[in-house]
Amino acid sequence: MLSRVANSLYWMVRYIERADNLSRLIEVNGQLLLDHERLDSERLRAFWKPIILATGDDELFSELYSDASSGEVIRFLTDDRKNPNSIVSSIAHARENARMVRDQLSEELWEELNSLYLFINSRDGEILLSADPTRYYETIRRATFTFHGIAAASIARSEAWEFMDLGRHLERADKTTRFLDITSFLPEVEDGNGAATFHWTAILRSCGALGAFRAEHRGQPAAKGVVELLMFSNRFPRSVRYCVDRIDRNLHSISGTARGTYANEAERVSGRMLAELSYGSASDVLDSGLHEYLDEAQSRFNQIGEGLFSAYVFPDITDKRPPIPAASVSAAVAWQMSQQQQ
Amino acid sequence: MFDAYEANGFFDEMFDESGAVRPHYRTLLNRFSSYPAEDFEARRASCDQHFLRQGVTFNVYHDDRGTERIFPFDPVPRVIPSDEWEHLEAGLTQRIIALNLFLHDIYHEQHILRDGIIPRFYIEEAKHYRPEFRGMNVPKDIYIHICGSDLIRGADGTYFVLEDNGRCPSGASYLLENRNALKRAFPGLFESLGVRPVDSYPRELLNMLHYVSPHREGEPVCVLLTPGCYNSAYFEHCYLAREMGIEIVEGRDLVVMDDFVYMRTTKGLVRVDVIYRRIDDDFLDPTVFRKDSVLGVPGIMRAYQAGNVALANAVGTGVADDKVIYYFVPKIIEYYLGQDPILPNVPTYLASEDSDRKYILEHLPELVVKAANESGGYGMLMGPSATQEEIAKFKDKIIEDPRNFIAQPVVALSRSPTYCDGLMEGRHIDLRPYIIYGDDVKIVPGGLTRVALRKGSLVVNSSQGGGSKDTWVLK
Repeated sequence: MLSRVANSLYWMVRYIERADNLSRLIEVNGQLLLDHERLDSERLRAFWKPIILATGDDELFSELYSDASSGEVIRFLTDDRKNPNSIVSSIAHARENARMVRDQLSEELWEELNSLYLFINSRDGEILLSADPTRYYETIRRATFTFHGIAAASIARSEAWEFMDLGRHLERADKTTRFLDITSFLPEVEDGNGAATFHWTAILRSCGALGAFRAEHRGQPAAKGVVELLMFSNRFPRSVRYCVDRIDRNLHSISGTARGTYANEAERVSGRMLAELSYGSASDVLDSGLHEYLDEAQSRFNQIGEGLFSAYVFPDITDKRPPIPAASVSAAVAWQMSQQQQ
Repeated sequence: MFDAYEANGFFDEMFDESGAVRPHYRTLLNRFSSYPAEDFEARRASCDQHFLRQGVTFNVYHDDRGTERIFPFDPVPRVIPSDEWEHLEAGLTQRIIALNLFLHDIYHEQHILRDGIIPRFYIEEAKHYRPEFRGMNVPKDIYIHICGSDLIRGADGTYFVLEDNGRCPSGASYLLENRNALKRAFPGLFESLGVRPVDSYPRELLNMLHYVSPHREGEPVCVLLTPGCYNSAYFEHCYLAREMGIEIVEGRDLVVMDDFVYMRTTKGLVRVDVIYRRIDDDFLDPTVFRKDSVLGVPGIMRAYQAGNVALANAVGTGVADDKVIYYFVPKIIEYYLGQDPILPNVPTYLASEDSDRKYILEHLPELVVKAANESGGYGMLMGPSATQEEIAKFKDKIIEDPRNFIAQPVVALSRSPTYCDGLMEGRHIDLRPYIIYGDDVKIVPGGLTRVALRKGSLVVNSSQGGGSKDTWVLK
């Protein structure tokens, strides 16, 4: 398939997955706050700050907002168009990418994504967000699930599918590590008052993993069990290991090389990571430092993304054309627009 | 719904002068009248919903929120009886054959100029004439592969050709989608009416692309070259590519090596044989035409001239849809085919002919003036509705550059009942059929009927507030 198309399919699904994960994160934490209405603004800041830090957009946030209270953070992550990674921006990016490859998508798939886009940009969407945020986030999550369901039921398991599946699992793995990382930014607590349990529960719920956790572990969520589930489970679909296994499989389907060998940098990194996740343990990770470990995982995901790009999207530099500099993208848009169609 | 309907002295598609329904509309009228008003409105609204969800939209330019609008759709179809359609088919076929012979001649021996049928300077000064391609042979000698000729009907119902669009005619996807929308909203409407289907269009288009492939071995690789997703017709580009099952590419997806065109795929480079391009000549190749084009493919003209890739439509066809050349089309038909034109032109005055220019300048308030190379309803003067200033401005323009203008009397376009806020009112319409020229001429039965939604307006272009209707050709 066309390299540009592969790239667009991959990003389309990444952005949809991003919107889904963010909705869950915001909703879960918003719910938690309801249980702690007596938090003063100092403690509120302490509550939201780690979430912003974990998403990696803290610099932009500080530029745009002076305060880190619930309202600001939720705005920033939900419908702030200045934040390229907000839910609304993610859905717009997803749709933009979908538009560029509409010929690859089934009608139902495009309609689902387009309807979601139209909804969040409509008056109704704005009203729902302010009147009943829980339903708003639920609407987004349901739409993304529907999207994945339609894709699974209507897209042939060809290269296009592999790129989409890859985008989904790479984004998912990355977000799981980021949600886990929230604990690294939390202020130290003595575990006498259940505060730590409360955090771990919140993280599980953000990953939609509370049910899965209870099925495997008795007792209250604590660091070891949670890391075990979210990093190393080979059964839970949002665990990092599960996702990396899928990524590794996708990469080898695309290149046609046998698993356990590698044809490009992306495959080398995913294979190595999979081996480490297969034979690693939560105790090792917690002993050596969770935050550093998660940081390392995130940089590996970036390497996989870059490896993918250089292997498939920009494979040969036969084209001597310099890429369009970002500043003139609007000029390129203007050209496209000015083409007279009779 | 039709009780208060008035034809107001125009030729009306549905009713004759006495107010009686024309026979080929009778069944439709009965069916439409059987819907309760609110039910009809709900069905109409569901069409709009469908278009919006499907993204059957065009992008509104100069709008930074990327606003998209649906192309307004009117649920009352335009019906063409079979004998009328045969006449149109014959006329359009004759016209596209003659235009292709003319282009071949212009880019080779130029007999028509030597024989003095068309003054040489009209060709040489045509904005879209490409003298550098003289002597080049194009695959199968076809220049205009896809033509969208606009037809209008005058006061007595006679069909005229208003213009030929032989560069990048657009709108075929709306024709197909209009039919889909109407079928969805009024499922009972089509039963036993004998409406000819239109869904063969993408297949015919692909057959034609295959036919002009310069390479014999294997199935030709055809692609659709789009300016990109911000172009107003991007929906159509995707739609047609998907229907044909071919790749839709942007300039940056293509690369030229050793005078062959390749597309970049995840498995390396793949040779391309035929390009259905929806980009103007000027932007195709920055090494030949506009150097600042970021939409084109450097070197693609070398591959084209080497005969290694086919382009549809060919480069340089714009000379045939120059509005000044339009004036000569009846003569072109006589010269190459020895036949009288089946479909007449609208009477036309050339500003560069002294006697015509004198007439134009004296009668501006009652004429339509058009710039030679504009489309989409831009660069026009509608004399009867223009202000004194506009008329004065056009007067100066014509005197300054007479080669660039033609004028025509205002044709009282025919009208069709159109659903306007719950009532049926007459609105002016035209018809754009799509003619495909491959190993044979194929015209999808029907076309895009465009309707001027503003009361009294004669301009049907979507850029000027026009909408469209489904077009039925009866068996």
